[in-house]
Amino acid sequence: MTVTSPALTGPHQHFDAQIRWRTIEIVFWLATLLPFVVTPNYLSLASQIAVTALFALSLDLILGYAGIVSLGHAAFFGFGAYTAGLIAKWGWGEPLSGLVIAGLAAGLLGFVMSFVIARFRHLALIMITLGFGLLLLELANSASWLTGGADGLQGVRMWPLLGLFKFDLYGFVAYWYALIVLFVLFLVARRLTNSPFGLSLRGIRENSVRMRAIGAESRPHIRTIYTISAIMAGVAGAVLTQTTETVSLGVLDFQRSADILVILILGGTGRLYGGLIGAIIYMIARDWFSGVNPQYWYFPIGVLLIAVVLFLPNGILGGIAQLVDTERGRRWFGWLTSPPWRRP
Amino acid sequence: MMTSVFGVLFDGFAYGMLLFLLSVGLSVTLGMMNFVNLAHCTFGMIGGYVTVTLMNNLGWPFLATLPVAFIVAAAISVAFERTMFYRLYRASDLDQCLLTIGLVFVSVAVAAYVYGTIQQPVNLPNYLRGSVHVGGLTLGVYRIFLILFALAVTAALVAALEFTRFGAQVRAAVDNQRMARGLGINVDRAFAITFALGSGLAGLGGALAIDIVGLDPSFALAYLVYVLIVVAVGGLGSIGGTFAAAMLLGISDMAGKYYFPAIGSFLIYLVMISLLMWRPSGIFGRR
Repeated sequence: MTVTSPALTGPHQHFDAQIRWRTIEIVFWLATLLPFVVTPNYLSLASQIAVTALFALSLDLILGYAGIVSLGHAAFFGFGAYTAGLIAKWGWGEPLSGLVIAGLAAGLLGFVMSFVIARFRHLALIMITLGFGLLLLELANSASWLTGGADGLQGVRMWPLLGLFKFDLYGFVAYWYALIVLFVLFLVARRLTNSPFGLSLRGIRENSVRMRAIGAESRPHIRTIYTISAIMAGVAGAVLTQTTETVSLGVLDFQRSADILVILILGGTGRLYGGLIGAIIYMIARDWFSGVNPQYWYFPIGVLLIAVVLFLPNGILGGIAQLVDTERGRRWFGWLTSPPWRRP
Repeated sequence: MMTSVFGVLFDGFAYGMLLFLLSVGLSVTLGMMNFVNLAHCTFGMIGGYVTVTLMNNLGWPFLATLPVAFIVAAAISVAFERTMFYRLYRASDLDQCLLTIGLVFVSVAVAAYVYGTIQQPVNLPNYLRGSVHVGGLTLGVYRIFLILFALAVTAALVAALEFTRFGAQVRAAVDNQRMARGLGINVDRAFAITFALGSGLAGLGGALAIDIVGLDPSFALAYLVYVLIVVAVGGLGSIGGTFAAAMLLGISDMAGKYYFPAIGSFLIYLVMISLLMWRPSGIFGRR
């Protein structure tokens, strides 16, 4: 007896079944409102988590769905962050339009880069993404007249959101802002991955040669998803800039690219929620251990990575899905993974 | 002007030799098993710390520590290979990357815990210090030693690969792993030995690098990028390619830092990306 997959009659029914909201998803998004009530002192941490989650979501689109390994995704995050910071510094502090411009700028960079990305695979791809990330970092470092170099970009002043809500010290507005941006882009990503386009991406991930054989050329698809992913990463960086009113070179660091990969792998790739869950766990853990030497922080992360690769190849969500996907699991938790009400 | 050019060439050559020692093992093992081992520089770091410990705590002479650095790095690499890496030979490159970068993170934290985050001092013996003057050039004695030493290692390596039975097996496995297996060559055994030798060479490189680039826990991450550049540009499994790429990188890095200090590392990455876009499998790569 399967609760989750009703008898399918055609492709449209398949997409309809996929696109319906499951109970657990609704519970999850309601739970993101909890920090306002339960931990009002940690709202700036919560907004950082939302930014990281959005960044992880952008990486999931290319890594989890199209199978493109990137060791330099911070390039787009940082490009968006610096664009948003510079616009605000030069006198246009309106957050929403700044967000759109930063996203488009990062998207343009991603579009140019996607022509390179789509041509390579394996080690060459890893090296090119790594080199591209480092290239941008060095560029920002040496162009200190523009970016402030190692001192960071100073003088970013944001206007109130919609002309009404000022970004406050407690991060109240910041969390609302980051959460809404995250949710809207999550809806976009959810729609995208549950479309014929999303299915072709999965096909390319599994076997690009066969996808060509059935008429789905892989390169245009890869270019499209890479550009979309770059836009999302740029928006995440812009939200970080706008809510913290500062930009440092750390937004372009290799460390950031590696961290976001760890977060996504930890949560589980190719499930959209993996990056969100990973971001919550990772950021809260790092906040707890923020007092210790940052070099020691590497230890649990390294052990975690090794353990996930060896014992939990699909991340936390993959492990949970495996548990739930048994006869008993479906009996107990089936109501969570199915839509809350029947189709009228 | 000419003297500075020769000085930069000489320093770059010595630096390239160092990079060659650090990366040649990775190039061969990658070419053989397609195993992306990002933890390769960790073995270099282990070799460096072995030398530092033996010299500063036990008072060993510098040259005597070098073989120990080689052996310890090789032994630890075999332990890792037999317990963890062998499970992932058929896994995706992403899984291999993640597991080995996890190992790098752990090793960085352990090194920071045991030795602290400071740069480790190394007291070279007197006969390796100072410099000699040759025709108006000032050449560091240690760099001359480094170049001669690395050239000797390279010659031994090439001879072993070209003229021994084991070397022929390794070359066969690099060229076509499945075919080599079909011919009855024990590729797994050949790989394990090559892996140990390559990691040992990295350990040797790490020990020799202390006086040139220093040693602290971030070594395993900082030089990973350089080693990967050498391997990717040189082409997998090609010793000649790795040598050429290491020289190219060493000399251009030195020249970049000397003549264009502001954009030196920027140029390195730009050159790497352009080379890879021109030839994705490296300048001397066959695939």
